Amino acid sequence: MTTAEKHEFPMARTCPFAPPPAYEEIREEEPVSRVRLPDGGWAWVVSRHEDVRTVLNDRRFSADRQHPDFPQLVKGEAASRRPDEERLLIAMDAPEHGPARKAVLGEFTVRRLEALRPRIQEIVDGQIDALLAGPQPGDLVDSLSLPVPSLVICEMLGVPYADHEFFQEHTVKVIKQSTPPEERWAATGAIQGYMTDLIAEKEENPPDDLLGRQIVKLRANGTYRRTALAGMGFLLLVAGHETTANMISLSTVAFLRNPEQLAMIKADPGKTLNAVEEMLRYFTIIDVATARLCVKDIEVGGQLIRAGEGVLALGYSANRDPRAFENPDELDIERGARHHVAFGFGPHQCLGQNLARMELQIVFDTLFRRVPTLELAMDIDELPFKDDANIYGLYQLPVTW
Amino acid sequence: MKIIADTDRCVGAGQCVLTEPELFDQSENDATVIVLNETPEGELVEKAREAMHVCPSQALSLEE
Repeated sequence: MTTAEKHEFPMARTCPFAPPPAYEEIREEEPVSRVRLPDGGWAWVVSRHEDVRTVLNDRRFSADRQHPDFPQLVKGEAASRRPDEERLLIAMDAPEHGPARKAVLGEFTVRRLEALRPRIQEIVDGQIDALLAGPQPGDLVDSLSLPVPSLVICEMLGVPYADHEFFQEHTVKVIKQSTPPEERWAATGAIQGYMTDLIAEKEENPPDDLLGRQIVKLRANGTYRRTALAGMGFLLLVAGHETTANMISLSTVAFLRNPEQLAMIKADPGKTLNAVEEMLRYFTIIDVATARLCVKDIEVGGQLIRAGEGVLALGYSANRDPRAFENPDELDIERGARHHVAFGFGPHQCLGQNLARMELQIVFDTLFRRVPTLELAMDIDELPFKDDANIYGLYQLPVTW
Repeated sequence: MKIIADTDRCVGAGQCVLTEPELFDQSENDATVIVLNETPEGELVEKAREAMHVCPSQALSLEE
């Protein structure tokens, strides 16, 4: 019988290439166990690959972040919420969630994204041109990691890239753990307000961009609401901004640190997509964000979880579970890593995942081909890793070539 | 062998299309799965199994 909470969550990473050390202990000794949360409450952590998938794909677990019992990872977060807050896609459950997600998902099919490939290639080449034309050392985060996904999502949505500094600044506040809740909500509100105004401008004569097409589509089926679309736009913009950027920076470090792995994708670009999957697994930059609230009793990994109890599905632990991945702590781009849960699992799985895959694939192939002498300009130990962010990554990555 | 797809469960992740575009496509409207060939043979059988394994909503099953 599990009683006392041995660990406090969320847990910080102590090494950029590994989960918090306690994850292994939890996964091997008490895979479903109670942990203490910052507000003094507790939740279950679920740490094995199979159990994480169960939690994320069973309707007995709710994603309703606005529910008062939903596990809060930041102290004071629940108290700062406004009752009139727009419910975002990530906080919806069935039956509301499916139609809302499917309304926008047609924009993200493999076929649709494949049509964007030449334009993404152009953007990546343009940013590498700028990096090479600049002084050494250059900052890869500023010149490549951030602008590529940012330019791509702005073009897709129909958001003027000229405004990217505005939402970049606010996005940083949204995802930093140390941001006081009031400030986080102010930043969220600023981006949503910006989106609402932008969408209002598009209403009269909807342009052929994602937001414009959504206006037309949602009006046609009678479900158009400006604030709801602004919420969706906010999610896509924030999610499309920081996640891929951090994966570009971290993977670049990992490739440079593992030259034999890098040599494989340089020799055979057919291996790059597998390398992308392995990098996603290896870093799992979003981990405890996949929290849930149990709404009906269910047994997971032999442990009864009751309605009303919170659960943290530890994606990073699942992705290092030796039951699912052989030698899980080794970076091996040739392993079949596609069953990782770095994009989550189940109905809420990342809807931009194939855009992310394509961006990463193009960046890795292009960067290491065009800049074969790329090197880190700082010791790995000195690099400013985002130990304090909800999305792991790097603030800067100085490089020479 | 027959591929069975549950489009209600499908979350439109497109993992099946990435696995084998000869067997799977996605609806342009809502990205849910369209099975192009329900009864694969030869090498495609293994691809169908892989697609079932990586599907993030467990929406695919195989009738042997």
